[in-house]
Amino acid sequence: MSPERVSVFLARRSYRRRRLADAARLLPLAGGVLFCVPLLWQGAGGGARTVAAMIYVFVLWAVLVVISGLVSRHLRGGEDEAGGADGGGAKGDGGGME
Amino acid sequence: MTVLNILVLVCLLYVVLLFGVAFGADRAARQGRVRWLRSPVVYTLSLSIYCTAWTFYGAVGFAARSGLEFVTIYLGPTLVMIGWWWTLRRLVRVGRSQRITSIADLISSRYGKSNLLAVLVTVLAVVGTTPYIALQLQSVTLSFAAFAAFAEPGVPTAPLSDMQSTALWVAAGLAVFTILFGTRNLDANERHHGVVMAIAMEAVVKLCALLAVGVFVVWGLAGGVAAMLDRIEASEIARFDVSAGRWVGLTMLSAMAFLCLPRMFQVMVVENEDEDHLRTAAWAFPGYLMLMSLFVLPIAAVGLDVMPAGTNPDLFVLTLPLMDGRDGLAILSFLGGFSSATSMVIVAAIALSTMVSNHVVMPIWLHYSGGAAMVSGDVRNVALTARRISIVGVLFLGYVYFRISGGGTALAAMGLIAFVGVAQFLPALMGGLFWRGATRTGALAGLCTGATIWLYCLFLPSFGPAVFMSEALHEAGPWGIGWLQPYALFGAEGMDPVLHALMWSLLFNVGSFLLGSLLSFPQPLERLQGAQFVNVFDHSGTPGGWSGGMAQSEDLLIMAQRIMGAREAQALFSAAAGRQGVAGYLPEPSPDFLQELERALAGSVGAATAHAMIAQIVGGAAVSVRDLMAVADETAQIMEYSSQLEAKSQELARTARQLRQANEKLTQISVQKDGFLSQISHELRTPMTSIRAFSEILRDTDDLSAEDKHKYAAIIHDETVRLTRLLDDLLDLSVLENGQVDLNVQSGTLEALIDRAVRAAGGETEHFIIHRDREAERVDLSTDLDRLAQVFINLVSNARKYCDADPAVLSIRTAVAEDQLVVDFVDNGGGIPTEMQAMIFEKFSRIGETKAGGAGLGLAICREIMARLGGYVSYLPGQTGPAFRVSLPLSGRMAAQ
Repeated sequence: MSPERVSVFLARRSYRRRRLADAARLLPLAGGVLFCVPLLWQGAGGGARTVAAMIYVFVLWAVLVVISGLVSRHLRGGEDEAGGADGGGAKGDGGGME
Repeated sequence: MTVLNILVLVCLLYVVLLFGVAFGADRAARQGRVRWLRSPVVYTLSLSIYCTAWTFYGAVGFAARSGLEFVTIYLGPTLVMIGWWWTLRRLVRVGRSQRITSIADLISSRYGKSNLLAVLVTVLAVVGTTPYIALQLQSVTLSFAAFAAFAEPGVPTAPLSDMQSTALWVAAGLAVFTILFGTRNLDANERHHGVVMAIAMEAVVKLCALLAVGVFVVWGLAGGVAAMLDRIEASEIARFDVSAGRWVGLTMLSAMAFLCLPRMFQVMVVENEDEDHLRTAAWAFPGYLMLMSLFVLPIAAVGLDVMPAGTNPDLFVLTLPLMDGRDGLAILSFLGGFSSATSMVIVAAIALSTMVSNHVVMPIWLHYSGGAAMVSGDVRNVALTARRISIVGVLFLGYVYFRISGGGTALAAMGLIAFVGVAQFLPALMGGLFWRGATRTGALAGLCTGATIWLYCLFLPSFGPAVFMSEALHEAGPWGIGWLQPYALFGAEGMDPVLHALMWSLLFNVGSFLLGSLLSFPQPLERLQGAQFVNVFDHSGTPGGWSGGMAQSEDLLIMAQRIMGAREAQALFSAAAGRQGVAGYLPEPSPDFLQELERALAGSVGAATAHAMIAQIVGGAAVSVRDLMAVADETAQIMEYSSQLEAKSQELARTARQLRQANEKLTQISVQKDGFLSQISHELRTPMTSIRAFSEILRDTDDLSAEDKHKYAAIIHDETVRLTRLLDDLLDLSVLENGQVDLNVQSGTLEALIDRAVRAAGGETEHFIIHRDREAERVDLSTDLDRLAQVFINLVSNARKYCDADPAVLSIRTAVAEDQLVVDFVDNGGGIPTEMQAMIFEKFSRIGETKAGGAGLGLAICREIMARLGGYVSYLPGQTGPAFRVSLPLSGRMAAQ
């Protein structure tokens, strides 16, 4: 494997990792907004039904659990969010040695 | 009546099981089998203390009253958990790197280790949690009473006094459990494996119980999922008319409380074993919450439909199975509620007692005992006792609260009220974690304002009119000022009281916090701590605030031993000394070491107290210029670099010191080796010279008489024998010194052994008389008798060879004292000069060139043999002549018998 390919591969990996961390940060915000959706249904004629809201809330809940599981599975602990913008390169090199 | 009896029995068995699990886990942890105790699953399950009896029973009641709104109590924590990357990760990292013991400790630690803040947080936590504990006691007694009512339908519900005695028993049992397993070790940072394991088990029990009841209700009572949905559609909670304010507000409130509740902080941060566990908990705990709430709405709908009007909906989980005659399920359900209540109370008691003892009792005690406590008092016991008393106190307060409130409906609303109370910690907590500008003044102002508004708008009015606040005050506000009505502050009429209080208290809390922080100027220590908290991921270990030098390592060791226990303290000190390259137990009081020590102590007594204790010895915490500059943003990077350089150069100096030590040691060894070689060549050359000389005579001289030939050959033979003996001795010694010798343990009496030694050394003659006390020598021995005999032979033949009296008299005296066999060999010779006494056991040491003989290895070999046998041989001064004492432990003999 040529050195160039290694560094390209690692840059991509650390890039992925950062986006994954972004996803982990976004998840609760998205969840918070989505959980409020049933409130919008109250304006409809006849009002919202508890059964529909219940099914919506629980399905959303399960989906959040699954996504959270997937995201945190790939966000290994021990690797901190990089201290500076260019910290990832150094870390990537360290990882490449393994 | 029988069902009730079975219930009591099952309950008792369950409690025994709980103790057993806790005990087993504690024992496994002590034996080092902790792998499964430290699994992320256990961590996730321990988080389930969020689901108290209030949620186990109360969620259904909540749902029966206001439909799907109950779910907000679980949505908040779900969002916090899946957002672990924002806050929890930081919180846990800070908690671990600063060895935080409680939420009060964290806040006080962040704001310059201020004890005032810690006390404030502690008081607020106690005020907020006590009713919560009362609520748990109430739920257990109510569920018990419900059982009793169903078991004996004719008899009216048990009188209040009976209920109170149930509560008292539960409280007492919980106190015993918590004290047994929660205060085993002082270091709050050490995990309470027993407690955590018991809680994890209870988490499984309550989940299973609720799921079982849910399955029974959906498939047993309602007849399937579709029928169930129809049933909900037909019930009085079919319309989803939740107010948006309450939906969002309660979700936020529960999220805040999840972060701030002392008991949640305890399991989430303090008991956290590994940051990596958060990754599992991030999805598993929301899953747990989802399962917990999955069947709540069905149970509520069926309960409303089936149960007679006026039944307490809070107990549907219990009364539905009971009404259908499913006693087993009802008992399981009871156990679920019981588990929820007990686990919450246990952890809350541990968390509160840690706070009370660390932030209230210990500072007072330290203040009154002054510096003397460091050297004479037993801090460890004081702290543990304080913690135990606090546990009893907290539970007793809960019980008293339960009695005073009379188990009425006032308690039911308590859950949310307590949530709003603890949510007051949030601005100081989050501000401290994310904003370096947050100051102590700001935190104090925010907490005080928020707490005051909470007390005024929610907590005190919750007791109902005319208890703490007059009706007039409720209606018209104090002094008739309408703007100050407790439930309608500043004209906010018609709001939900909880939301009203939450909004105003947090608004004012955050406002005062920000204003106070902006207007005040932080102390150096605060800025330092602030930088450490906010930048915890960049550099978890920035330089500390101690300038050592004045500190006395020994005083510090004495103090640390009092708090951490002698073994742990010595281990810490000697490890630090090792890192500094210093031998022994006393490291130099470098700033690094002082900070490490402070953290270690903080794990036991809290940051503020630990800081104060070290300050008492070191003589004031000094924040150096270097630390201050590290705080400043602009220079942080340069300072970081130069401090790294400095650390490197210190490390170099340490390495150089270690190298010097190693070099000295090598030089010594080299000198010894040279000495040994020259000795040995001298010893070898003497016999060699005579062998060579006489063999040359034999070879080159032709006319030797047979007599001469014989004489010379005999000399050669004697010299070779001497050489062989010397080489044997050397070999023996090297084997002994290397510890390669295998002991051949036999049994025999000392008398026989001495007989053998005397025989081998040539026996008694008229010129060599031996005095013995055969009576005392009848001692059974179990050791390597051959080796011991070798020692005795050497000592006897030494006396024979070197004693210059005529006749030589050797006395062998035997005594047994304190499990030690002591045999003295004393002769009447000229004695050994004092300056030589230290030398005689060294290799090749002989006293003068008296009568020829050994190579001077005999006593050295004796010393090595005795060391291998676990005893020693020494020169005994002050006797009539040369005297040697052989001492050997007799425990081997005892074991052999």
